[in-house]
Parts: sequence; C-alpha cells; structure tokens
Amino acid sequence: MTEAVLYDAAGPRGRRRILIGSLAGGLLVVLVVGVAVARLAANGVFEAERWRVLTQGDLQRLLGRGLAATLRAALVAMVLAMAVGGLLAVARLSRGRWLAMPAGAWVELFRGLPLLLLILFLFLGLPAVGVTVSTFWALVAGLTLYNSAVIGEIFRAGILSLPKGQTEAAYSIGLRRGQSLRLILIPQAVRRMLPALISQAVTLLKDTSLGFVIAYAELLRTGRNAVEFLGGRYSIPVYVAIAVLYIAVNASLSFLARWLDGRTRRRLGRTVQPSVADEAA
Amino acid sequence: MDAVLDNLDTFRQGFITTLALTVVSTVLALVLGTLLAAMRVSPVPTLRAAGATYVEVVRNTPLTLVFFFAVFVLPQLDIRLSFFVFAVIAVTVYHAAFFCEAVRSGINAVGVGQAEAARSIGLTFTQSMRLVVLPQAFRTVVPPLINVVIALTKNTSIAAAFGVVELTAVATRLANANSDAVIAIFLGSAVCYLALTLPSGWLAGRLERRVAVAR
Amino acid sequence: MRIGRWMRLAGTVLVLTLAAAACGGDDEGGDGGQVNEGASFAEGTTMARLQQEGAVTIGTKFDQPLFGLKNLEGKPEGFDVEIGKLIAGELGIAEDKITWVESVSANREPFIQQDKVDFVVATYTINDKRKEVVDFAGPYYEAGQDIMVAKGNPEGIGGPDDLAGKKVCSVTGSTPAENIRTNYPDADLTEFDVYSKCAEALKNGQVQAVTTDNVILLGLISQDEESFELVGEPFTKEPYGIGVKKGDTEFRNFINDTLQKAYDDGRWLAAWDATAGKVAPEKPTPPTIDRY
Repeated sequence: MTEAVLYDAAGPRGRRRILIGSLAGGLLVVLVVGVAVARLAANGVFEAERWRVLTQGDLQRLLGRGLAATLRAALVAMVLAMAVGGLLAVARLSRGRWLAMPAGAWVELFRGLPLLLLILFLFLGLPAVGVTVSTFWALVAGLTLYNSAVIGEIFRAGILSLPKGQTEAAYSIGLRRGQSLRLILIPQAVRRMLPALISQAVTLLKDTSLGFVIAYAELLRTGRNAVEFLGGRYSIPVYVAIAVLYIAVNASLSFLARWLDGRTRRRLGRTVQPSVADEAA
Repeated sequence: MDAVLDNLDTFRQGFITTLALTVVSTVLALVLGTLLAAMRVSPVPTLRAAGATYVEVVRNTPLTLVFFFAVFVLPQLDIRLSFFVFAVIAVTVYHAAFFCEAVRSGINAVGVGQAEAARSIGLTFTQSMRLVVLPQAFRTVVPPLINVVIALTKNTSIAAAFGVVELTAVATRLANANSDAVIAIFLGSAVCYLALTLPSGWLAGRLERRVAVAR
Repeated sequence: MRIGRWMRLAGTVLVLTLAAAACGGDDEGGDGGQVNEGASFAEGTTMARLQQEGAVTIGTKFDQPLFGLKNLEGKPEGFDVEIGKLIAGELGIAEDKITWVESVSANREPFIQQDKVDFVVATYTINDKRKEVVDFAGPYYEAGQDIMVAKGNPEGIGGPDDLAGKKVCSVTGSTPAENIRTNYPDADLTEFDVYSKCAEALKNGQVQAVTTDNVILLGLISQDEESFELVGEPFTKEPYGIGVKKGDTEFRNFINDTLQKAYDDGRWLAAWDATAGKVAPEKPTPPTIDRY
C-alpha cells in the first residue's frame, strides 16, 4: 500500500494548515533545542577546552584502532554468519526431518539466548572442553551463532517468497533439488533479501560492542578506557565522537540498503519488505 | 551450582527488576513507536522528516551510547531521576525506533482497498488510521513486534552498567564473589532470560501461524 | 556463467575476511627497564619456562587510574603495571616482550587456570574464596576502603556509618561494593561498570558519595580537584595480591622473593612514586608478604 492512499492530496486550505502546523512545530523544536543547549552551556558542556580533546592525534589514532577492531570482528562474523545461515535455510527447507529438525532447534536456541551470555559461554566454556579460543574468535563465534540463526530465517523467508514457478521451471529442465536451490533459488533470494541482510549487518556491527564483557578492545571499549584515562569531564565529547562514528558507518550501510532496495524494485518491479523487526537485537 | 542456589533470592530480585524494566519499557516504546510510525506516513512533511530522522539516528547508535546520553547528559539539563527511570527512558527511546519500523511495515502491508474504503466513507486521516488501518496493521505485525520485545528483553542487560541492579548486574556481582562458579552463575541468568524470551518466541510462532491461516 | 561470478565474489570476500582476521592484535611494548640477564632457574619451573621463551603474558586492568590504565598510545600504565614489569625483569624479560591482557571479572580466574596469562596484577584483593581457585603472591600493597564526596562535604558524611539512607556509588561486584552491601545495608548502593561514571554521577548530584579503595579515589580527585574531596579514614584493609596458577608454589615463592628484593632496594617505592605516589599524600610502607 502506498502512503498516498491514506489521505487526499491537500487542497489550498489544507496546504495552508500544513504549512502553519509545520512552522509551529518547527518553532517548538527550535525552542526546545534552544533551551536544552542553553542549559548545557550553563553547565559548561560546550567549553572549548573539553572538546579540544578530540583534536589530540593520540586519541584519534586510538579510536581509529578501535573502529578497525570493530569492523574486523563485524566483517568476519558477517561472512561466517551468511555462510552458516545459508546452510541453515537449506537444511530447514529440506524434506528430510533429520536435517530440518536440528536446524530449527539451532535457530530457536541461538535466537533466544542473550548474545552477551553466548559470548561469555564460548569464552569460558570452550576451554573447559579443551578448545582454546582467543577473545577475537570468542566474540566472532558468538556473533556468528546468533546472526546465523537470524540470517538463516531471512534466507528462508526469501526462498519461500519466490514464485513457485521458479522451482517448477528448474525441475522441468531436469535440475535436481540441490541444483535448483544453488543455481536458481538462492541467487534470487539473496538479491531479494539484500536490504534485510544489510540491516542485519548494521545490528551485527553494533553488537560487536558486547565484546566488552570479555575485554575485546573494540570502538566503544577503547573509548571508555580513553575516558578513564582523560577523566570524566571529557566523557561527553568522547562519547559524542564515538556515536558519530557509529552513525556514519551504519548510515552508509543503511544508505546502501536503500539504494539496493530501489535498484531491485526497478529491476523486478515489486516491493521487497526488509524484515525491520529482526534488527533490534 | 551451590553458588546459584545460595543466591536464589538475589537472582529473584534481579529477575523482577529485569521484568519490570522490560514491561514498562515495552509499553512506553510501543506507544512512542506507533506515534512515530503514524508520523512517518502522515500528510505533514515536517512530521515525516522528524520521524525519519529520529529512526535513522537512534537505530544506528549502539544502545550503550543511548544509555550514556540518558544517564549523563539529561542531568546536565537539570533533569534528575532515579537510575531505573533513566534506564526506562534509554530502552524506550531506542526500541521505539524498531517498533516504529515494524508498525510501519505493517501499515504498508494493509490492503490498499481498506484505506480507500475508509476514505470513501469520509473518514479523515486520523480516523482511518485509528479505526481501519492500525488495528489491521497490528494484527499483521504481531510476530515482528514480539521479535522486538524479545530483543528488548535481552537488551535491558545493558542497564547493568548504568546503576540498575537487574539480572546481568546480579550475575556479574555473584561471578565476582564466587570465582569458582562463574559458569554456573551465568548459566543461571541465561535460564532466567530464556524463561522470558522463549515463551514470547513460542507465542510469536503461534500467532504467525494463526495470521497465516486468517489470510 | 552467473554462478561462477557469485562464487568468485564469495571467494574474494572470504580471503579478505581471513586476511582481516589475521592482521589483528594490538602491539604492546615499552622501552626496556631493569632486566636481570643472568638469572638461572631450576629445570621444569614456570620461571625457567618463561625465561626460555623470553616472553611473558600479564593480566592487568586497563581502566583503573593509577594502577592499570591504558594510555592514549594503547600502553597500560600504573603501579600494577610497574610491578608486572619488575617481576618480568627478574625473569630476564624486557618490557617489550611483555604482552598485556586486559583483566575483567569474567576472564581473570579462567585466564590463570588456562595458562592464557602467566600471572595477574590487577588491584586484585586477596580473599579466601579466590584462594580456592588461584594462589596469591604478595600482598604488594595494602589499600583501604574510603569515601569520596562532593567538595565541601554538603551531606556531612564523616564515615561509613553516615552513609545510611544516602546514595553511594561503586563498581558492580567490586570488593568495596560487597562490603557496603553486607556491613552497611542501610546505605543505598548504586553500581556502575567504571569509577569515572560514579564520579560523574556524584558531580551531577545523582549520588551523594563514591566508595572504593582510597588510592583509586585519590586518582579520581586528581582528575577534578575542584569537585571532589576525601572524607575520614580508611575503614577496611584491602591487600592486593598477584594471582598465579593454583599449586604453582615455586612461582609464587619466586614472586614473593622478587617483591621482597624490590622492597629492600627501593625499586618498589620508586614504582609507587612514579605512579600512584603522584597523588597519594603519604608514602606507603611495604606490607608484609604472606608466605602461606
């Protein structure tokens, strides 16, 4: 349903009302922001000396290293989660119960456990059974387990959303089930689900910050330690800088998602709904 | 396991705090999220822009940072509240963006004919939203909404770092005091979280099937 | 063929990913300190092994001002770090061969048990519960819990008994927080993950006091002398120990001997003066080593 169906195009009076409403609303926002800024300024939040800390080369390099560590963990986990997720989707769609059942259980279990605890278990539990695991790989493994469950469901939804004719056409030219999945269905499902996958990548990237619990030095933890070093009065500038970095990286990913969405829509002529609700974790 | 059994009462208190934080924040975030979704599909361009900006900024910020700004920047505005209330604000503000997107996708999924019919009998935008579109949208989005609720439940654990003694704070504290039983203690808290999230997930699955039949 | 392109793309991504994973890791290092080149140890001991390897891994805090705090270059500094370097030096290991690992409550004991660190120096209070899992050398310092309030002490807090009904801040699960919880249950305890947040909350008036070991409070005050002050006398004893693997008595004895040597020749005091001594008003006396 397009949004325009919800209301008539405004007439002259309606347009005037909207304009007045917008101006009044805008004024209210400006007023609230103004009061907030004035209060913050009165409390010394905007003192130049506090913000100058961000110009320090050392701090910039430190945050840069933190960002690199965040991106590294996110990238590796995303690739692995895609691979495992793909296998899970195929397994859940297979006709053999002995494949579909364990895959279903995998999804339910890893989707329901808090990621923080999952990371902790891998980090503390694996060595107990004789597998040594570094901080990096414990974090990546935790992110992979959780996101493979979510991504597997995205793939499955994508494959199920394809018209039945695709499978039938594949069978009719003599492809076996595995071949039709690999050659016909999965490539289409991936393209169709790209926006949802990229949204999940945003979530995954933010979730790397849970590495703090096992002391993985990603962006947020690095920044937090820098605040301990610099002193609490610099916490607001440092955290604002970190927020800007996260928003910049994630917004460019979201932008990519929208652009791909638009492209797919033009090419395929139909809407692809990213499953936004899955992103919150 | 003794470390868990000896501290069942502490666990219970943490569990109750997590539950309270989850329930209060879910209700508030759902209201705020629905409001934002309505803004994003409204005829007023400023409202649409405001809603979109909110979602874009909040969704791309890690929850820990949202917490930080709630707990340490709001007091700079001379807003003084308890840490529990700050936690509710942070969790609400963050998840409202996700509720908004879930509801909006639900609104987009309501049949075109429904809105057209509502308008053709003379309902205004507010009326058609309230009486026709939203009730149907909510039915479609119940499963994704529950997914957000599950995520919210798990995300309340961030409050542990910001002065709220909930499940994760309890687990951290007990783990520190009982170095011999770290795994058992975290296992205990995992069970508590699963007790909250698994029934929700099960409910989501059932509703999903029911909605599928209804269509 | 289309699938070929997809596979090639996937392959490229995989290779890049593995490359990204491989080239991680922070480089720690220093500029060399006092290194005991001629040390010799009995076969089969931890000391001999470390000397042979020429490298050591030490667990410490990365977020504890004055004791173990990562500076902006990414190197940890503080009293704990100096003690760590001192012990490494006695093993014939230079500063740049030390790998520092961040010690948090989730990894402290597991890392010792799994040999991921050779020892832990991390404002680690010796207590009986912990002794069941790890062994402690030292103590190398004895702190005491104290209270920090806003400048001018508007609430008139003179000691822990005055905390009843007041909001008191400390770090989740820390020994001082547990002490308040058990011995001063009337105090309204608020817990954060780091002390700087407690300091901010005190400054914002969200809590009325911050409590932890006196030296840590001194570190916070040194960062903002106009806002905070210390009240009263320390009301507990917190002996900081060095955690080693349970049962490695030879290594524990070696560390104890090293500490004693450092007490006697002034290196211990020099380490103090260079770090926590900058803000502590009086010089500490080395605590008696507990050779249990």
